[in-house]
Amino acid sequence: MNAASVKNLSIAIVCIVLAALIPFVFNGYWLSIALTAMMYIALSTSWALFSGPTHYISLASGAFFGIGGYLVATGMSDYNLSFWLMMAIAAVVATVLAALIGMATLRLSGVYFVIFTLGLAEMIRNLVSWVQNNFLGSRGLYVLTDFTEAHIYWMLLTVSVIVFALGWVISQSRLGFAMRIIGNDETVARHVGINTAKAKVLLFMTTGFFAAIVGAIIAPRYSYIEPNLVFSPELSFLVVIMALLGGMHRLWGPLLGVIPFTLIWEAISIWLPNFTTLFLGLTFLIIVYFLPNGVVGLLEKLRARVAT
Amino acid sequence: MIKARMIKTNPTFSVRKLVRQLGSAVLIAGLAFTAQAADTIKIGAVAPKTGPLAGGATVTQWPNVQLWVEEVNARGGLKLKDGQRMIELIEYDDKTNPGEHIKAVQRLATQDKVDFIIAPYGTGFNVAAAPIYAKYGYPQIAVSAITDKMDELTARYPGLFFTLGTTTSFVNGVKDILVDMRESGKIGNKVAMVNVADAFGIELAEAARPIFTDAGFELVYDNSYPLGTPDLSPIIKGAKDAAPDAFVAWSYPPDTFGLTEQAIIEDLDVGAYYTAVATCFPAFAGKFGSKIDGVLGAGGVNPDTDKMKDYFAKHKEITGKDADGWASANTYVSMQILEQAIEGVGEVDREKVTQYIKDNAFDTIMGEISFENQVSNKFWTVGQWQDGVYRGVASSNMEGAAEIKQKSGWN
Repeated sequence: MNAASVKNLSIAIVCIVLAALIPFVFNGYWLSIALTAMMYIALSTSWALFSGPTHYISLASGAFFGIGGYLVATGMSDYNLSFWLMMAIAAVVATVLAALIGMATLRLSGVYFVIFTLGLAEMIRNLVSWVQNNFLGSRGLYVLTDFTEAHIYWMLLTVSVIVFALGWVISQSRLGFAMRIIGNDETVARHVGINTAKAKVLLFMTTGFFAAIVGAIIAPRYSYIEPNLVFSPELSFLVVIMALLGGMHRLWGPLLGVIPFTLIWEAISIWLPNFTTLFLGLTFLIIVYFLPNGVVGLLEKLRARVAT
Repeated sequence: MIKARMIKTNPTFSVRKLVRQLGSAVLIAGLAFTAQAADTIKIGAVAPKTGPLAGGATVTQWPNVQLWVEEVNARGGLKLKDGQRMIELIEYDDKTNPGEHIKAVQRLATQDKVDFIIAPYGTGFNVAAAPIYAKYGYPQIAVSAITDKMDELTARYPGLFFTLGTTTSFVNGVKDILVDMRESGKIGNKVAMVNVADAFGIELAEAARPIFTDAGFELVYDNSYPLGTPDLSPIIKGAKDAAPDAFVAWSYPPDTFGLTEQAIIEDLDVGAYYTAVATCFPAFAGKFGSKIDGVLGAGGVNPDTDKMKDYFAKHKEITGKDADGWASANTYVSMQILEQAIEGVGEVDREKVTQYIKDNAFDTIMGEISFENQVSNKFWTVGQWQDGVYRGVASSNMEGAAEIKQKSGWN
């Protein structure tokens, strides 16, 4: 291990420890904001693991997140199964689903994939309602646990740390190298003998896996799960916008998008409650016109300018 | 503008003087503010103003919050031991999103430090917010929350109260009406039942199947449609082909309107026609006029008591809108209970107020309300449009149920 990576690792450990201490320092309101931010950090970073190098915009986060929340609720409410077992089942189901979707759509060029994922959350929501209506029935899905917000926060923090660790491992591996080549030029990647479809599907599966886990962890916070609340298309867009705002070409990029975005979103909710959608649109414009590489890109540009 | 002119024409103007004046102005404003803050009681409210549930909340929830706060403040505020205190209302939009709702309640509790909170709108939001209300000891008098899990929820959250009934009581209300009509020869035995394929719709339909069959009804048509289906004509046509005597739809607001519109177009000829949520909305009668005479719907009200007449008139006067024929009154009642409990205790002590709600009976526009194991058993289950007025026809322990009318055509 060289000096630079020792330094990076120490910074990471300090950040993790500081993040883990938040529930002891803040309570109530600020913890609930930190929790929301942590949820989006896990979602956006895992999203960027796939969409960063490949440039395929996936709008499927809401679908996988919903699978996590819905399966936990169904298992706990209707079958008295444990939260942990249902979380594991949800993760497996979402991963398998991501594999199937990946195999069906990732061989095609990008735009088909985007459109398909856009409709996915809605499709699964309808499918779930249909199954519930015709086969399972419903008595309302309650997720009543003794988890406090601090517990949920720490679970999300753990997931985020794992996402970062995995992201680092991938970036050092042959798979990561293959992904960078695919992102630069897919034809070249195929010509040098990379199984591009397999690489893309594998990474897409990891985003599905993590989004479902996050959905499962959030279910006890919502306490009462309705399909049209957990399969939310808005969530998919927020994840994309926050990741793009932060910048996707660095592992820690989405982090720098999520934190300012969550804080500004909150401020707007308080003082200009009717302008959150407008803010979403403005952020998109700012990304497109001024921050094509996100906050990270801007920081790197500034540093380069200072250096010269 | 005024300041600028003053500065120009005032020959003795000096910066120092201005600063001194500004300083004293700030000081006075500050004193006034703290004086005012001490004299108010802070009440919070979080409910949807945007998103899927906003339509219902702007009919049932928000106008009653406004009405109650204005009324209380008009008579000088809440009477406490140390004098009267005006209500300072702090409201947030939860965007029909549980995550946003939780954050907003946390904000009320820890940043705004409100003294009490008006319970949320919607079953899911009441359940999602319950742990935070419990954590900070706020009493939560839930209205728009209908569930069969009341025992488990009230055991878990000692400050949570329910006032609008259970899923099963709802279905039983409809069953009782249909049995009544059958026994008096107004309808036959065949029921067509449809439901919206979403949480509450599925729950009601599932509860209804055995209850209707056990009561001797034959389900000649049993179908569902996804949430947000724009074209409901196949559902009504299917029901019509089954030639039912009664039509029951466990529906949400948009489809309550959509189904009824199609029933009018198709001239669905039944002796009893029931749609669930939003049938009692003033907009329902506004849209269909006299055509919906005899339509049955979820919940009800007795509009003939003096207190209810007074309430309806004030609701219209202060909010500019008509109250609905069901949960509007219950929502207002929940705030009356909170008000009487706070005044009964005489201080801002949430624990004592919660205990007071458990131990006492409350004089409300719906009569006397009290809680048994945190649940009130006085509520309307079914209502009917009769000559332009929505009246309760079936209830749990409510007085003044109207005679049921047979539905005859859509004129």
